[in-house]
Amino acid sequence: MTLVASQFITGISIGAVLLLIALGLALTFGQMNVINMAHGEFIMAGAYTTFVLQKVFSDAGVSLLVALPAAFVVAGLMGVLLEILLIRRLYARPLDTLLVTWGVSLMLQQLARDVFGAPNVQTRAPDLLTGNVHLWTGSDGVELTIASNRLFILGLVLVCLVALTLVLRLTPLGRRIRAVVQNRDLAAVSGVPTARVDRLTFFLGSGLAGVAGVALTLLGPIGPTMGTNVIIDAFLVVVVGGIGQLKGSVIVAFTLGVLQSGVEYATTLSVAKVIVFVAIVAFLQLRPQGLFTVRTRSLA
Amino acid sequence: MLRSRGRLLAYSAILVAAVALSACGSKTGENKSGAGVTADTAGDTVKVGLLNSLSGTMAISEVTVRDSIKLAIEEINASGGVLGKKLDPISEDGASDWPTFAEKASKLIKEDRVAAVFGCWTSASRKAVKPVFEANKALLFYPVQYEGLEQSPYIFYTGATTNQQIIPGLDYLKSQGKKTIYLVGSDYVFPRTANKEIKAYAAANGMTVLGEDYAPLGSTEFGTIVNKVKAAKADAVFNTLNGDSNVAFFKEYKSAGLTAAAMPVVSVSIAEEEVKSIGTQYLAGQLTAWNYYQTTPGDANAKFVKAYKAKYGADKPTSDPMEAAYVSVYLWKAMVEKAGSFDVEKVKAASDGITFDAPEGKVTVDGATQHIYKTARIGKIGDDGLITEVWNSGSPVKPDPYLKGYPWAAGLS
Amino acid sequence: MSVLTGLGRPSRLRTGLGFAGGALLLFAVAPAVLDDFRLNLLAKYLCLAMVAVGIGLAWGRGGLLTLGQGVFFGLGGYAMAMHLKLADAGPGQMPDFMQLYGQLDELPWWWKPFENPAFALAATVLLPMAVAFVLGWVVFRRRVRGAYFAILSQALAAAMVIFLVGQQGTTGGTNGLTDIQGFFGYDLADPVNKETVYFVVAACLLVLLAIVRQLMQSRYGELLVAVRDAEERVRFLGYDPAKVKLTAYVVAAGMAGLAGALFVPAVGIISPALIGVVPSIEFVIGVAVGGRATLLGPIAGAVAVAWAKTALSERFPGTWTYLQGALFVVVVAFLPGGLATIFAWLRGRRATPRVSTVVDGPAARPVEEGVPS
Repeated sequence: MTLVASQFITGISIGAVLLLIALGLALTFGQMNVINMAHGEFIMAGAYTTFVLQKVFSDAGVSLLVALPAAFVVAGLMGVLLEILLIRRLYARPLDTLLVTWGVSLMLQQLARDVFGAPNVQTRAPDLLTGNVHLWTGSDGVELTIASNRLFILGLVLVCLVALTLVLRLTPLGRRIRAVVQNRDLAAVSGVPTARVDRLTFFLGSGLAGVAGVALTLLGPIGPTMGTNVIIDAFLVVVVGGIGQLKGSVIVAFTLGVLQSGVEYATTLSVAKVIVFVAIVAFLQLRPQGLFTVRTRSLA
Repeated sequence: MLRSRGRLLAYSAILVAAVALSACGSKTGENKSGAGVTADTAGDTVKVGLLNSLSGTMAISEVTVRDSIKLAIEEINASGGVLGKKLDPISEDGASDWPTFAEKASKLIKEDRVAAVFGCWTSASRKAVKPVFEANKALLFYPVQYEGLEQSPYIFYTGATTNQQIIPGLDYLKSQGKKTIYLVGSDYVFPRTANKEIKAYAAANGMTVLGEDYAPLGSTEFGTIVNKVKAAKADAVFNTLNGDSNVAFFKEYKSAGLTAAAMPVVSVSIAEEEVKSIGTQYLAGQLTAWNYYQTTPGDANAKFVKAYKAKYGADKPTSDPMEAAYVSVYLWKAMVEKAGSFDVEKVKAASDGITFDAPEGKVTVDGATQHIYKTARIGKIGDDGLITEVWNSGSPVKPDPYLKGYPWAAGLS
Repeated sequence: MSVLTGLGRPSRLRTGLGFAGGALLLFAVAPAVLDDFRLNLLAKYLCLAMVAVGIGLAWGRGGLLTLGQGVFFGLGGYAMAMHLKLADAGPGQMPDFMQLYGQLDELPWWWKPFENPAFALAATVLLPMAVAFVLGWVVFRRRVRGAYFAILSQALAAAMVIFLVGQQGTTGGTNGLTDIQGFFGYDLADPVNKETVYFVVAACLLVLLAIVRQLMQSRYGELLVAVRDAEERVRFLGYDPAKVKLTAYVVAAGMAGLAGALFVPAVGIISPALIGVVPSIEFVIGVAVGGRATLLGPIAGAVAVAWAKTALSERFPGTWTYLQGALFVVVVAFLPGGLATIFAWLRGRRATPRVSTVVDGPAARPVEEGVPS
């Protein structure tokens, strides 16, 4: 029983990581329809930001806390730069953004290799985040624990989610973003500066990738190709969750996490990945536009 | 519509006829006419090929190997070259993609007409280039430890085969009284084959394998696998993960509260370079099995480490695959000089018994298997990121790629 | 109608001359100027060009961004390689790698039919088509399209790779199927036979080209473009867009399968590295670079991109990925019609945009009709 529970906790924490990566995508892909393959490289930029800051602040805890906002800004600005230089020209051709940003991601990976060296780099985690938190001891003597770095990430993703929801719901910027998503032309004629809104949305989405990058330094490798490993799963989360909605992504990320860890426990990671894929195709049979959809009357 | 379909058929017929006319090559089993490409040794320089992944996921490891091959070539050129000719290194990017390795290998052999090629890392890349070297009768020096069960006439294996690395690692665990082990590996040839050998060893030596798990290459999600390892309560873990996965595995391992003292992990793909990228915070106290460490004593190693750091930076560590690659260039030089020729067949014929005072200690080429005698060394990762030896095999171990000297391995190959 | 096909309509004579010129270039000029090694590389590029022809049809004409063509390429390649491995091993024997890694006592049942050359040859094309049919039927019928379809097909490629790698004993795992010696009895180490393989590849490419040209100029071709540009309107006219798209997808899959099958004797290896997400994107990039909606653009683009990759990586082994990335960015962002646009300009035509602004169909916009469910 404890094993099932502990596997469930693992699933939730996998889901939290997925969601953290997918949150930024839910904005840039979900709200703006830009398929940004360089999103993974923004994650990488966030991780390298942590690495650089650790050279400045020797204390692991301080550098991690400083890295969170710093990575948000660094990745966000990279996103804005990408938007201004390329993506702005491609809003009419969303599928082409995929190809262009893939080229960008190739260049960014090589850039990382030239600046930081081809081998992975290391960051120290604060000692507080390398242990685990004891939840309870089962009747069979098996201890149920949750790794403290995963607990931290779970907390971080909740903070990001709440912050993002508040921004979208309560601020003028959020209102404009929603207006542009639901009907770009109407928003434009109503005086919403759509180009600026696009840029800010892209800043937010890319910045969230930077934050995810900081979190990933606690879990995995920090290297030039770290972004490509996670990006496809994150896209799937947004697709299945439904474009233009955050709640869909949230539900799907945690469901996929639990599903994958459950199947993996019984079989292997390879089989789990294949089964998750089949489940997704089957699910899209039921709801082709994802879990939640923005309903509009547009036919275009 | 009908007319155009007729035209289509006509075109196709012409094409098929053209193909049929041009087909007149030899059948399989006939005498092979392809006699191989001879190296271009006419000028003052001799070209040698460097085939490593400089981009893609494997670049993290292979770039350093390329660097140490270049170091060896520079040293050799500074001391007069080989048979009076300077070496001209041609570097190609395998791009972490096996068919690209095959393409670049044939380019080096046929276009550049190199005398020998040094490189490849993964078994998959070696398997992809093997037919290319065999068909063209050209030489490859492969510098990485691997799973054994291979012996190509045109490849020299300067890394460890299983009986020089994995079996000594298991012997060490056995001598420490470890009875139960758990196997974790990446999902590809090396770990799967190695684990097969480990299971046979365990069965013959009274050890129990409590579980066996594989993660896809590049996977960085180890929550479930570590849960399984933790629940199994083994005495030790034998780790054949490759590359990025190691980082995620050890971070998860520590988070789960597993320690080197309670459940040590023996790794066969973690060298100084990897320790640097994972961090001693997660690795201190864990074990590794190799043939060389930066701390290995001896003048040859002191010289190698000094030269490497002088060229590439004081913070750059040296590791086993880098050392094996460095040694491979010198071994080739010694073979060529003994043969008095760059001719591949003569070089091969001269290879048996070549020795070299390598950084890892004295190595000898075994002409029969084209592997080399190497000393097995078990090391413990220290807080300073260096690995210190805790046990060695005493003398160089004879390479036995097919494990013929081990009765328990009878069913494996 | 010629406006929609976007090709203009070259006269019969010009088409005939074009084919003759292409055939001359491929069969006479290339073998004369290129050495064995380069000719063999050209054979590899032409295989990639075959995939591109299919993508040109499905994506350029049909608006289906298939990021999973590697899967079909792989199915064709594995089907061919399985037969060749069995033929190399000899009757009743198992391929070398199975004895080494698989520890199998006998051939797995799903390998057995591939001993038959006719079955294997048919499977190289029909197997990918069947898979494409099932997936396409399921996906298009439920009106999954645009970005959804692109990402789904990409995930298919990722899942296929993970699956193949996991089945090492029977598929060769990460190594793939390597060390293929013979091709239907001919020794592949012999340069003469390598040259023949090149001729076979070139001939197949020309045949595929002819087929796609016929398709593009037929009534079906018009319908496909119509579905790309205004799916709902086509539906209102009484056609079933799902069937139209499915046909293009299945044909493209068959072409990718044939390409994969010929890739095996040309290069001597098929492995998961060739069918995953990255190579699948590279297929599409080649098409985009050449000109997605034209007939010859995809071929030119695929060959150009593959050639550039080889040439750049030989010249600048450390920095070529910058150049490759820059090439993709510049062409796709600033030359949406691909290199074909340049040729059109050179010919003094007014640059008619081949790509309509709604290439991606209705799903291009987040605004979407409510979905009945």
